[in-house]
Amino acid sequence: MRPSGWQVMAGILMNSIYAMKNYPMVMVNTVLSPLSFLTVITFVSRGQLIGEAIEGGFIMSMFQAGMSLQGDLSHYKNDFKLQDMVVSTPSSPVAYVTGMAIGEIIYTLPALVVLVVLAGIYLNPGVVGALQLLAVLLLMFLASVTLGFTLSTFSSDIIQSFAFSRLISTLFSTLPPVYYPITYIPLPFRYFAYLSPTTYAAEIAQSATGLVQLSSGTLAIAWVVLSAVSLALLLISISKARWREV
Amino acid sequence: MSGEGLSCDALTKVYSGSKGKKALDSVSLNLPSTGIFSLIGMNGAGKTTLVRILATQLQPTSGRASINGMDVMKDAKKLRDHIACVPQEARTAPFMTPKQTVLSYLMWRGIGYREAGKKAVEALAKVGLEDQADVLARRLSGGTKRKVLVATVLSSDADIIFLDEPTTGLDPISRRDLWKLLSSLARDRFLILTTHYLEEAERLANTIGILHSGKLIELGTLDQLRATVRYQYSLMLPSAQDIPAVREGEVTVGGAGQTQILTNEGEAREISKSLLEKGTKFSMSRISLDDIFFHLVHGTDEEDSTP
Repeated sequence: MRPSGWQVMAGILMNSIYAMKNYPMVMVNTVLSPLSFLTVITFVSRGQLIGEAIEGGFIMSMFQAGMSLQGDLSHYKNDFKLQDMVVSTPSSPVAYVTGMAIGEIIYTLPALVVLVVLAGIYLNPGVVGALQLLAVLLLMFLASVTLGFTLSTFSSDIIQSFAFSRLISTLFSTLPPVYYPITYIPLPFRYFAYLSPTTYAAEIAQSATGLVQLSSGTLAIAWVVLSAVSLALLLISISKARWREV
Repeated sequence: MSGEGLSCDALTKVYSGSKGKKALDSVSLNLPSTGIFSLIGMNGAGKTTLVRILATQLQPTSGRASINGMDVMKDAKKLRDHIACVPQEARTAPFMTPKQTVLSYLMWRGIGYREAGKKAVEALAKVGLEDQADVLARRLSGGTKRKVLVATVLSSDADIIFLDEPTTGLDPISRRDLWKLLSSLARDRFLILTTHYLEEAERLANTIGILHSGKLIELGTLDQLRATVRYQYSLMLPSAQDIPAVREGEVTVGGAGQTQILTNEGEAREISKSLLEKGTKFSMSRISLDDIFFHLVHGTDEEDSTP
């Protein structure tokens, strides 16, 4: 493996494997939040929205994984001074963030496994639908990871950082119509929902599995918005994130 | 600005939002990159800022710095192969063991898993932690955690090591253990060490830099620093009652009556002779870094406050 590969592996080990191995209880937390929402929505809708709720669980898990990166990176940077230690090594910021980000996905694996099993039972999306779902989730993850990394490099305080992380998670993965169709929201508020990229992600996911019927124009707009937001956040993180502080 | 050694040229840092206050004010120095270089100064003197700039973690506002011919800005990528840093207030992650901590650090340096594991075990053995290599960090004492951090940089092949206040908060025994370790590390590497403990700098450093309000007010060996102050000898008396006449020097009486006389060598000999004749208990030594630091910093403050 090339040195950059080991640098990525270091992030994965620190940000997931070691914590999961040494503190197995932490895995319960990652399963709890998406599955609790899924359960509530399923019960309240008497099972009618279980498909949307499973997809909502996927979107929330991926988005929260990215946002957790913000909290974790800030924690490592401010409390352990890890980022300063790593800056003074041959490691690049890309290798550091990639390792840490993959670590967040691994951390989320228990929840994802449960959701995949549920999706297999209740959604049965087919190959094309599953690929679309995967693409949406990866875009969602890219957007939240780049946002998380950028915010973490500016944060100097862990309490502020976790507050940010929770605020953004709530604004983007709990309040928007991620766990249910957007038509459940009264019309004037629907426009606000479209301010969140997770709304477009949910629409694409629901369309990919046949839960909603969208016109090709609406679907195209959803893909364009989601891709543009992810790309914009990636560019912002490349230009604004601080590896060496100024 | 080229060649071997540590070199700074008018290095200045102004943090954004500091209303123009210079955290580092035109620091210039040249010294060989061997042994231990210790930076001392009060809180906010600029020690950490200088270390972070040299360790490529922070951009200077102006000026230049290089280590062994590598510019900290232009050649940062190349320089990072040669440096390792334990920042101020660095901590081990409580959910990791010492072995996992050192191993992952080595992997960030680009070393493969197996080799990193082997090196981690060796480094932990060098700092006497072979028995605690697999214990979670949250169960380790403060001194042991510090040793783990030193083991991380020790395990690397970096030949320039930055340690920002590595012994802060340690008990005297752990501190002395760490001193031994740092001395052995400095045999084949260049250590840049910041500390609040002047005794630490006095014992360990080949070269000492004194920073005050962002300025490097003195730089040299301990003997060179002694030569910058007026009086070279210190006599300590347990009480103020038996203070002999001092023709040339400074007498300071402490709260508990303990008295210090700073004077030159000839006067120190005469005073000690008269004290011995009287049977007064006292001690005599060359002035410590503590005395030098107090005089230099105090002198700078007095100059600054002169209208």
